[in-house]
Amino acid sequence: MSMTRQNGLRHTIGVLVENQPGVLSRVAGLFSGRGFNIESLTVAETNEPGLSRITLVTTGDQHILEQIIKQLNKLINVIKVYDFRDTEFVEREMALIKVRAEQHTRAEVLRIVDIFRAKVVDVSPHFYTIEVTGDDGKIQAILELLGQIGIVEVARTGKAALARAKKH
Amino acid sequence: MKLTGAQIFFECLKKEGVEVIFGFPGGAVIDIYHEMPKHPSIRHILVRHEQGAAHMADGYARATGKVGVCLVTSGPGATNTVTGIATAYMDSVPMVIFTGQVPTPLIGNDAFQEVDIVGITRPCTKHNYLVKDVNDLARIIREAFYLARSGRPGPVLVDLPKDVIQASTEFRYPKTVHLRGYKPTVDPHQGQIHRAWDLLKTAKRPVLYAGGGVIISSAHKELLRLAEMLRAPVTTTLMGLGGFPAVIRTEDGQRALHPLWLGMLGMHGTFRANMAVQNCDVLFAIGARFDDRVTGKISGFAPKAKIIHIDVDPTSISKNVLVDIPIVGDCKKALQKLNELVEKEPIPNLEELRAPWLEQIRQWKETYPLAYKQEGETIKPQYVVEKIFELAPEDAIITTEVGQNQMWTAQYFHFTKPRTLLTSGGLGTMGYGLPAAIGAQVAFPDRLVIDVAGDGSIQMNIQEMMTAVCHELPVKVAILNNRFLGMVRQWQELFYNKNYCATCLDASPDFVKLADAYGAVGLRATKPEEVEPVLREAFSTKRPVIMDFWVNPEEGVYPMVPAGKEISEMLLV
Repeated sequence: MSMTRQNGLRHTIGVLVENQPGVLSRVAGLFSGRGFNIESLTVAETNEPGLSRITLVTTGDQHILEQIIKQLNKLINVIKVYDFRDTEFVEREMALIKVRAEQHTRAEVLRIVDIFRAKVVDVSPHFYTIEVTGDDGKIQAILELLGQIGIVEVARTGKAALARAKKH
Repeated sequence: MKLTGAQIFFECLKKEGVEVIFGFPGGAVIDIYHEMPKHPSIRHILVRHEQGAAHMADGYARATGKVGVCLVTSGPGATNTVTGIATAYMDSVPMVIFTGQVPTPLIGNDAFQEVDIVGITRPCTKHNYLVKDVNDLARIIREAFYLARSGRPGPVLVDLPKDVIQASTEFRYPKTVHLRGYKPTVDPHQGQIHRAWDLLKTAKRPVLYAGGGVIISSAHKELLRLAEMLRAPVTTTLMGLGGFPAVIRTEDGQRALHPLWLGMLGMHGTFRANMAVQNCDVLFAIGARFDDRVTGKISGFAPKAKIIHIDVDPTSISKNVLVDIPIVGDCKKALQKLNELVEKEPIPNLEELRAPWLEQIRQWKETYPLAYKQEGETIKPQYVVEKIFELAPEDAIITTEVGQNQMWTAQYFHFTKPRTLLTSGGLGTMGYGLPAAIGAQVAFPDRLVIDVAGDGSIQMNIQEMMTAVCHELPVKVAILNNRFLGMVRQWQELFYNKNYCATCLDASPDFVKLADAYGAVGLRATKPEEVEPVLREAFSTKRPVIMDFWVNPEEGVYPMVPAGKEISEMLLV
């Protein structure tokens, strides 16, 4: 699940953390302070009280990735780091896309929404706001198509990821 | 019975066995100071600048192995400790820093003397806390001490808002610490120990490369045992000096270099240490982290060697140099296990096997020994350090500032016991030596504590002379006064076309009069024959002393590996 970028591979990492003040800043600060890159970052509470899950996407070669994982593990509030390199995992991202929808383009927008199993969540005389969920490729694809019609604003959540359950 | 936060603070410190706090009061911590006289078992050392407090706690911790404690107020009091905290963090020194904070309702309001010290120190502490509720105070202090001293030690900061210190609650000190995300691996993996032994027993040209971890985990005896059983030469980093006995007593009572001792390696390492590392077939790194001052150009470091690495911190392993056999764990435990294997299965014909390698090393030593000549009318700084070594008792504690004074000390003072060299290795903090010496002298009032200083460095925290005088701490400061910021001048000479920009200190105070002004003793030597009498007088004085040695201004530290070069590419003179 990685693709080649200029400066190395793209990796998705899950970090289970204690929900303490400053924990996100510790994680983010570790990246900025050591010159590692964060491409996307999501964080929210888990089902277990007091625990949050951070999913982040970063780039770097294997050596940098090793360091990132070790350094994350070293943080006192980090309970577990999930390295998705060698495991099957599911990842999803949600995007809200506000797109120009005039009389002559509305049908086309709705067709695209339908094809991508997206949803129109807000309508006004000139705009539709669309909610779409999927992996990186799907979000890119719908953005490209809607872009030809006229995107006004986009808000993306960044990736959330979980390892696939064992089949047996 | 309910106790106030301030009372709980002292009860916790007693539970942790704290004997001394280095501190400076202020509005945010005035309640703690108000409570202090009721706890005479805890000594307070009033410093003159909060950076001094942090370095003193650090020096105390390095000299004793215990956790050093400092207490400062909010805002500028807190920010003044940052250099001291970062110094301790880079060298893995166990410390707990208590900072005052404005009352919780004012946090974030830009209140008087407010600063986000938890935010500021996040990258230079092992962990830090803002206590928001007095009910959390005892638990957090317990965790802070546990974190500071366990695993890879480090500084932990606890920020104490004034209202939390004034509030009251039942005092309960937790029996145990429970941190879900913190379980350092202390016991090394037996399989890896076996693999290390398999490699070591077939090595023809092994080198043991020890770092500060050997001293932190008190593994010096195990290191010596291993070196002797393997007949393997030993080099250490700056932080590792004292972890291997550089000098032994010969049968006639004279002091001589240990036959397996290579000296320090790296940028200002000895010729033989660097050559040994570059030509060894197995490099065994023990509690060392392959700092760039050690490795020089990484791609050319120890090119012929398989590398074994013990470190309690997994992030240190394969960070800079790819390791063949990683061993995560405590150095002492790992070496104990390894030594058991070596004892069980001694290497056959060891003397013959090792003879060519040790002979090669002997030749390197003879080709380029550490050397200088004390001739003419000016004092050579190396001569001062050698004389200090000659005249100081074996248990003397040496601190240094940073720069040439530090490197000459590392080269010409032959450390034989752990925790006798206190120096800022990782951060390279000028101004460290004097307060660190004071911290060590507080811990060991009867030992000789000497700060080897430069005329530049000493002025970074010279105000702490007053602390030494006030508390009757008889530290000795030996200033190698060359009227230059010597190390930078040396770089300018070698690599910047002798453009001595901003490194000439032709205007400095009269250090003898300055000592006098502080109520200390000032002594000066301007000729070589005055060095020994000055040192003898200083060492026999029971008061703080500043010795001003006027040394040759253009002396350089050699050998030297230019930054970015391989460590075999040494400038020898």
